[in-house]
Amino acid sequence: MRYERPGTIEDAVAMLAQASGRSFVLAGGTDLLVRMKSDDFDADLVVDIKAIPGMDEIAETADGFAIGAAVSCAELAENSALVSAWPGVVEAANLIGSTQIQSRCTMTGNLCNASPAADSVPALVAADARVRVIGPNGTRTISAQNIPVGPGKTSLEKGDIIDAILLARPQPRSGDAYLRFIPRTEMDIAVVGVAVNLTLGADGSVQTARVALGAVAPSVILSEEAARTLIGTKLEAAALGALEAACSAASIPIDDKRGTVAFRKQVAGVLARRAARIAYERAGGK
Amino acid sequence: MTSIAVSTTINGDDVEFLCRADETLLDVLRNRLGLMGAKEGCGTGDCGACSTIMDGRVVCSCLVLGAETEGREIETIEGMANGSDLHPLQSKFIEHAALQCGVCTPGFLMAAKALLAAHPDPTEKEIRFWLAGNLCRCTGYDKIVRAVQDAAAEMRGEGT
Ligand SMILES: Cc1cc2nc3c(=O)[nH]c(=O)nc-3n(C[C@H](O)[C@H](O)[C@H](O)COP(=O)(O)OP(=O)(O)OC[C@H]3O[C@@H](n4cnc5c(N)ncnc54)[C@H](O)[C@@H]3O)c2cc1C
Ligand code: FES
Ligand code: FES
Repeated sequence: MRYERPGTIEDAVAMLAQASGRSFVLAGGTDLLVRMKSDDFDADLVVDIKAIPGMDEIAETADGFAIGAAVSCAELAENSALVSAWPGVVEAANLIGSTQIQSRCTMTGNLCNASPAADSVPALVAADARVRVIGPNGTRTISAQNIPVGPGKTSLEKGDIIDAILLARPQPRSGDAYLRFIPRTEMDIAVVGVAVNLTLGADGSVQTARVALGAVAPSVILSEEAARTLIGTKLEAAALGALEAACSAASIPIDDKRGTVAFRKQVAGVLARRAARIAYERAGGK
Repeated sequence: MTSIAVSTTINGDDVEFLCRADETLLDVLRNRLGLMGAKEGCGTGDCGACSTIMDGRVVCSCLVLGAETEGREIETIEGMANGSDLHPLQSKFIEHAALQCGVCTPGFLMAAKALLAAHPDPTEKEIRFWLAGNLCRCTGYDKIVRAVQDAAAEMRGEGT
């Protein structure tokens, strides 16, 4: 295995594009290094992107935020503008691992690792995050939702690097939230994770909603049926009941030792109801 | 596999070493530099026994490549005491019997040091969450939490 630490994104893309064997981008390494230790893993090239200028910055632009691909999740929590704009995204990212893992892990790595249970991914999808991908054929901006396509699989092609996650400046009267269920209180993999992002009208009723479900399908689900149950409501009991049913119905989880299908479907509904309430309050709804 | 030359700072000293691309910082500390304080409990980021501080943040050294430490500042447990003067956290761990076999202790001490640098007056809940990535099979954690609280008070100048 070769380790490279290029100083420009162009060099990084070229190294990955020209690599003959298996090559990987290295961000925080909290997934990649764990995989490297397994017997069936082999890599010819690891390209560390942390020396590329700008990758470790959170830039505030006219449109919103560009979060560099090497920004650790711990650093997200230290950016007060980001925390107040997208509290649900930051709380989801901060649930990843321990203090030690937080020092290193990135949201881009979480997204590109393509685990169905990745915590920051439902929050990014609910927030309608986009990613900037730089590859051998230039730069393109695509929806974060379209990156993971199945367990461990992404839509990225050879030589592609995400250099930043883009979050819009939130609309007035909007709020987001993420909740997950784990058997312990920390350091565990989501059995179910739900993110809700709401924008309210002047009268306090929900104008737009995005509801994303994690760990209940091969990759994250953005449920339009679930979102529709909230539009025009003030999260009255009937609306929350409909949301819960829609989320349970949208979930197509697996059965394993950490949760049965029936349990996961039920929990998806319960978490959606609770996350919606938090998002609603953050949006200023009462 | 060719070796990579790395220059870094460990406990304030300039250090240069050679390592392979797939060697972790933990491998380098233990196998190349003779710094045996950081322990390998799991090698996969779960136990925290390998905790070291890199550029002011606590990390699992088993999940950092040696090559990645070029130009970084590393702190290990070997740099915690000042000569024979123990750090308050070390003294309080002894006083509170916050260790038995001691395998987890260097990791707990490094993580706790980073905690107190960021939060000099943590609540018990903050301590427990911050240290959730450090596992101990012996003490039941309670004594560790008390030791950290007591050390924090001493370091704030509220001697007990
Ligand atoms: C102890 C422990 C606990 C954990 N707990 C959780 C948890 O609670 N929730 C959770 O969701 N995850 C958890 N994880 C998994 C992991 O920490 C996260 O998925 C993390 O966000 C990965 O980020 P990273 O920067 O470390 O990724 P890396 O390991 O650097 O990379 C992950 C993958 O993404 C690719 N990649 C990284 N950056 C880019 C880029 N810019 N462009 C293209 N491809 C890229 C890499 O090639 C690799 O395949 C845990 C891991 C450990 C070891
Ligand atoms: S050895 Fe590094 S976390 Fe266990
Ligand atoms: S003292 Fe033995 S593992 Fe903690």
